[in-house]
Amino acid sequence: MLAAPSAFAGVITPEKGGSPNADDIHTLYVIVLIIAIPIFLLVEGVLIWSLIRYRRRKGGPQPAQIRGNTPLEISWTVGAALILVVLGVITFVYLDDIGNPPASLPGGFQGAQFATIDQPSPPRSGGPTLRVRVNGQQYLWRYEYPDLPGPNYSYYELVVPTKTTVVLEVTASDVIHSWWIPKLGGKVDATPGYVNKTWFRISKPGRYVGQCAELCGPNHADMRAVVRAVEPAEFEAWLRRHRIDILEAQQALAQQRQERARRGDVQ
Amino acid sequence: MEAATVAPSDAVRAVRKAASPPEVVMHGLRPAPRGWLSWLTTTDHKRIGIMYLVLTFTFFLIGGVEALIIRLQLAQPDNTLVTPEAYNALVTMHGSTMIFLFFVPVIAGFANYLVPLMIGARDMAFPRLNAFSFWTLLFAGITFYASLFFHPPAAGWTSYTPLSDDAFSPDGGIDAWILMIHLTTISSLAGAVNFIATIHNMRAPGMTWGRLPLFVWSILIYSYLLVLALPSLSAAATMLLTDRHFGTAFFDPAGGGSPLLWQHLFWFFGHPEVYIMILPMFGIVSEVLPVFARKPIFGYKAIAASTVAIAFLSILVWAHHMFTTPTAEVVLAFFMLSSFVIAVPTGIKIFNWLATLWRGSIEFKTPLIFAAALPGLFVIGGISGVMLAIFPIDWQVHDTYFVVAHFHYVLFGGGAFALIAGLYYWYPKMTGRLMSERLGKLSFWLMFIGFNATFLVQHSAGLSGMPRRIYDYAASSGWGDYNLISTIGSFILGIGVLVTVFNAAWSLKRGQIAGNDPWHANTLEWFVPSPPPENNFDQIPRVRSLEPMQDLRAQVRSTQGQPAGTVAQPVAPTR
Repeated sequence: MLAAPSAFAGVITPEKGGSPNADDIHTLYVIVLIIAIPIFLLVEGVLIWSLIRYRRRKGGPQPAQIRGNTPLEISWTVGAALILVVLGVITFVYLDDIGNPPASLPGGFQGAQFATIDQPSPPRSGGPTLRVRVNGQQYLWRYEYPDLPGPNYSYYELVVPTKTTVVLEVTASDVIHSWWIPKLGGKVDATPGYVNKTWFRISKPGRYVGQCAELCGPNHADMRAVVRAVEPAEFEAWLRRHRIDILEAQQALAQQRQERARRGDVQ
Repeated sequence: MEAATVAPSDAVRAVRKAASPPEVVMHGLRPAPRGWLSWLTTTDHKRIGIMYLVLTFTFFLIGGVEALIIRLQLAQPDNTLVTPEAYNALVTMHGSTMIFLFFVPVIAGFANYLVPLMIGARDMAFPRLNAFSFWTLLFAGITFYASLFFHPPAAGWTSYTPLSDDAFSPDGGIDAWILMIHLTTISSLAGAVNFIATIHNMRAPGMTWGRLPLFVWSILIYSYLLVLALPSLSAAATMLLTDRHFGTAFFDPAGGGSPLLWQHLFWFFGHPEVYIMILPMFGIVSEVLPVFARKPIFGYKAIAASTVAIAFLSILVWAHHMFTTPTAEVVLAFFMLSSFVIAVPTGIKIFNWLATLWRGSIEFKTPLIFAAALPGLFVIGGISGVMLAIFPIDWQVHDTYFVVAHFHYVLFGGGAFALIAGLYYWYPKMTGRLMSERLGKLSFWLMFIGFNATFLVQHSAGLSGMPRRIYDYAASSGWGDYNLISTIGSFILGIGVLVTVFNAAWSLKRGQIAGNDPWHANTLEWFVPSPPPENNFDQIPRVRSLEPMQDLRAQVRSTQGQPAGTVAQPVAPTR
């Protein structure tokens, strides 16, 4: 039952398939939907049936002059409350798995560190995670791996290793943005002055796309986010190359500036 | 007051002596202004009510046109109909117009017209304050729309900081928005105080709290909620104004402020605002359903009590709009549970309406059809609301088209359908003529089909990742079909609304004469002629039950020995 609607992901249920938290949110949503459907059918059914069955007809029965029914009213109040208690319990059952980052899978990236979302409590199942600082700016995302040798910043596309729990520390430097990759779990607001956290753990290499989910100015619609997941070994290679690229670019910049200063173009 | 009130038997006697009404002749008075001047200077709650309704429905049409332009822009991927700046301005104007200039004040319009009539009063408690409320609203609208000629605001109807701060929105549009907020707040607060004073003090003899019509209950709670919630918005808007112009840093993290403070203050107003808008709609449904089902309302006390319960709970749920902000999980859990609790009294209302229809003798007039649509459509918004209250689910669907669909099911499917039910129901009282049933039913089906076509697919667009407030999307996103359906639906919906607008204009001169009580209704506004005279009641009947008109009918039946066609106060012979 819970697996069946997977074909409907993105149509009547949220996206899933990239990370366990997205899958858990999807499952929670499907459970709520399954509880909601009978309530929906009951209300619509009684409404439509009453409208048809009790429409005014010549020689029809007199309307029943009922002003209330205390046992009935108490029972639907209690019934509605019970359904919500059930929903609350189910939510709390899933909450831990959705909110707290689990350990990386075997074969994950080795350079990862300990971290947790809800500090100071320790990570639930222990194990290393990869920390990424995400900074929203009009209209792009900037990424940095604070625990890996730098400089290692990048823009637009976030490269991460598979099988590794990645904890994002999300903030913004101008207006509020919102980080969201639907297949990798829920969104978190990037708010200036605050650090907001979320996580994902990707099993399959691939590109996962999303876009800013908080109105951030005229080009809000163009503020895209891409996560590219690669095998841990490939990630290490990419990181090494990326670092060298940045260092070379910085060197080239320094040389250019010195040359232009010699020519008197710049100070 | 006391001298003017009469026992029901006296009222009935008055009905029978219709040929010779009492007459008071006044001397030395200035003649009442005529023509347009009479509208400018009026303090009559009915005329103010009508001006409110005309003005707010005008704003509804303007906001609707903005919505249609938004839908046109989104009809296909990579569309270039409007610029990104204009799109954000349209989104902001649409939301702000519908909330501040249409929905809240349109309720004030209905309430102005109806509350004194329903409680058996001759006017509002403070008639001049009432006129002040209306004119302030007009100037709020002019202030806001004047920004079209400069730079319209473009930070969304929520005007989140820092986007709305001077660094990111240096133009005057946000200032126009702030001033509109202040003016509508003054207007609404003055109106709320007036309703509270009127309902507490000016009820007809015998109209105890247990006999107060449910619409009046909802207006009383609407008023109290306005008084509780609006100051928070005013304070926030003032702080934003000083941040923008006088160097304060309430919302600027660089100066030690917090962008989250804005969100807390805004939503502390913003969530009660939802119930400010929807509770009176519930009130309209609670009036209309029993009249056309020919049954008393089921569970009067439960409906009245749930209105109070919803209002109380509504001030405890604001942060469910902030589930994606950096906030501790325990806080999120609290607001999830408080939002759950509010679903219970809301559910009670829906069950009570279903039970009111059950075993009735339902007459399919236009007001009934529109009112019966509310439980059917609102339940969809209610269910998606419970889903949104579950904060891990909200993390996925927050700020997407799922939310857009949710609140349109609540405020359009629930709200606007009930509002139009109220329009068809009370139009004959206001104008003396019935609106066309045929056009009314045509309008209903166009609106019902158009509404669902517009908003049902938006759930799917949101679930597949489409955020709100984006001016554009790529063809590869797969959202093209949803948006095309939605745009087609929105135009069907728009035509449906225009049919009702046309109906209202056409029926003004050509509608069937309504008489005092065309629906055979329950409440006191149907006791007076349509349209009512300036003083409303020559004699105020004593109220003995929730359905005073039925008592009066029974009385006429027992004294005259035959069913009463209409029971109404005598009409003064025209000279």
